[in-house]
Amino acid sequence: MAVLDGMTALELIWSGDARLFQIVGLSLLVTLSATVLAAGVGMPFGALLALSRFPGRHALIVLVNGAMGLPPVVVGLVVFLLLSRSGPLGELGILFTPQAMIIAQAILIAPIIAALTRQVIEDLWAEYRDELTAMDVTGARRVLALLWDARFSLITTLLAGFGRAAAEVGAVMIVGGNIDGFTRVMTTTIALETSKGNLPLAIGLGLVLIAVILAVNALAWAARGWSERHVG
Amino acid sequence: MGLRLRQLIVLLLFSQLAPALPAAAEEKAIVVASTTSTQDSGLFNFILPMFKAKTGIDVRVIAQGTGQALDTGRRGDADVVFVHAKPQEEKFVADGFGVKRFAVMYNDFVLIGPKSDPAKIKGGNDVVAALQAISKTEAPFVSRGDKSGTHAAELALWKQANLDPANTKPAWYREIGQGMGAALNTAGAMGAYVLSDRGTWISFKNKGDLAIVVEGDRRLFNQYGVILVNPAKHPNVKKDLGQAFIDWLVSGEGQEAIRAYKIDGQQLFFPNAGEG
Amino acid sequence: MRDRSNPLPIEFQDVAYAAGNTPILNAISLAISAGPPTLLLGPNGSGKTTLLKLAMGLLTPVAGRILYASGAEIARRRCAFVFQKPVMLRRSAARNIAFALKAAARVPEAATIERLLQAVGLGSVAERPARRLSGGEQQRLALARALARDPAVLFLDEPTASLDPAATKSVEDIIVRTAAAGVKIVMATHDLGQARRLAGSVVLLANGGIVEQAAATTFFQAPATTMAKQFLAGELIL
Repeated sequence: MAVLDGMTALELIWSGDARLFQIVGLSLLVTLSATVLAAGVGMPFGALLALSRFPGRHALIVLVNGAMGLPPVVVGLVVFLLLSRSGPLGELGILFTPQAMIIAQAILIAPIIAALTRQVIEDLWAEYRDELTAMDVTGARRVLALLWDARFSLITTLLAGFGRAAAEVGAVMIVGGNIDGFTRVMTTTIALETSKGNLPLAIGLGLVLIAVILAVNALAWAARGWSERHVG
Repeated sequence: MGLRLRQLIVLLLFSQLAPALPAAAEEKAIVVASTTSTQDSGLFNFILPMFKAKTGIDVRVIAQGTGQALDTGRRGDADVVFVHAKPQEEKFVADGFGVKRFAVMYNDFVLIGPKSDPAKIKGGNDVVAALQAISKTEAPFVSRGDKSGTHAAELALWKQANLDPANTKPAWYREIGQGMGAALNTAGAMGAYVLSDRGTWISFKNKGDLAIVVEGDRRLFNQYGVILVNPAKHPNVKKDLGQAFIDWLVSGEGQEAIRAYKIDGQQLFFPNAGEG
Repeated sequence: MRDRSNPLPIEFQDVAYAAGNTPILNAISLAISAGPPTLLLGPNGSGKTTLLKLAMGLLTPVAGRILYASGAEIARRRCAFVFQKPVMLRRSAARNIAFALKAAARVPEAATIERLLQAVGLGSVAERPARRLSGGEQQRLALARALARDPAVLFLDEPTASLDPAATKSVEDIIVRTAAAGVKIVMATHDLGQARRLAGSVVLLANGGIVEQAAATTFFQAPATTMAKQFLAGELIL
């Protein structure tokens, strides 16, 4: 990153530096994709967990809740071992690519989304149970109806997952390799610049990262407000 | 809006995850496992665009410690390894993981220390004597402790000084298990001595009151080698593209590019293909 | 093909229900037959809501059994329920109806939805978010949702308890029209006036048991039991 040497982050934003925007863009692509992927798996799973009764259900809930605290670097290491050419999924050839980063982050945040979804849906089910049972709503229709009605609470769940993924560096560093111009994202850039002693730049980039995360949250909140007013 | 739009979005994003395998096979790109010190020196940012302009090949550098870089090569996750630890490189080839080792360039290590210089070694050109003085005065010393090439060089120098702090673990010897930049940061914060490669030192932005205390000793020279990962062990290795990179590095053009790289007007790497 | 068998008569045979250790209904025997509306009367806590939910299949008796002429499976699909505090889905009024139609395996055609909304006087607020309707409007929407099931039996649990007189009147009008169209109404209420207006037959509950059941005219003019007399006189039954 010779271009970044000696320049402050603000100067970079101001001048519309292409490399910086590429890094921000990649960060958003990876984390947003991971959030969507994790939601696609975690939300139905959480909803089903909320609605089903089976032996060992409580143990599974404890496990999912506990998995919210999975250390990113451990997730990164496990995914690395899976995707390495010498590993079981080596044929895919996606180690050290953005795809691997998306997968690792999705695995990291799926428990958060599942656990919070379970709680939201369980609370909602207490309110909706009689009404939906009387209307003969079962199975997938029931799960989807509850998820849709819970959508405003679930947006917060998504933001929680997004935030966790956007902030982590361990997983993307190990499975992405921090390759310049290819798998380098904001958090790994900050780590790199810090290790090079470029502290002012690292802090500047940190502020950019926080601003980006806040912007995503603000957009989501605005979308929620709009939806509430128009769709109810 | 509901279901259909959401399904479409999910589908679009899933398509991003489709294994890149077919594309990767045609993509003109290779993965090179190298070291953090080489990456941090800025050499790659200088020479790789030249290589790309000439051949159209994208070089993706993963910067790790030497130990990890060689391991990446062993696993077949890189096409080429480019590190600076000759004994480990030769073993890599001997064990069948690499095809052939080519010498590329050398740079040197420097001993860095605080302004206060508790071991009183500043200005010397005998690194072994300096290390003995550090041990005798029990001045703090930061070691990378991460199986990197720099770490290996450091351990070799302690051995030449007839000392073994990595195993006796005295209190003044601090192993941090991280890269060169982190080691320099730590040494600066602790007022400790540390062995660094010159390239990282020159580009390091947080020097504080650290400075070079010993340099120029022949024992501080650091040889780089490049090796193609053995396609017999890992058929996925892009051997033609990888070999093209190696050929360029040792060619007149590549060697000249290495020579031309300077920081603050100083040349960092000395090309010596065919020699080391 | 939707089965249009009639679940009536619904027979309660010695049905008891308890919530945990608290008994709520003891040895209820009762037949709900086709005909004019049956109103369940009784003080709070007498078990009216529980009885309705048992009949609908939302609760299972801890003793005794409930028989449906068409069998329990089909009965579930031919019955509908309006709750005292109905839950509005977070979507427009029209979509609430569409949802109920789909759940009842009926096609959510625009014409059907509009007809149902008009029938309850909500034609003008089809696109409004259901949660932003007034209390009376929500109750009417709940009715429309129930009617979307094209039920043979409609259970209502104190549907006008929290409504003002004007809203109460519109809901009662709809109930009367529905009954006239051939739907069996089974409704709990604590409003004696409402019972007088709507009932064809009356069941009086107290302390978890049936005190008296009779045709409406008989009950109001010549109640058989002392408790019924006290109840009609406005006294508390303890």
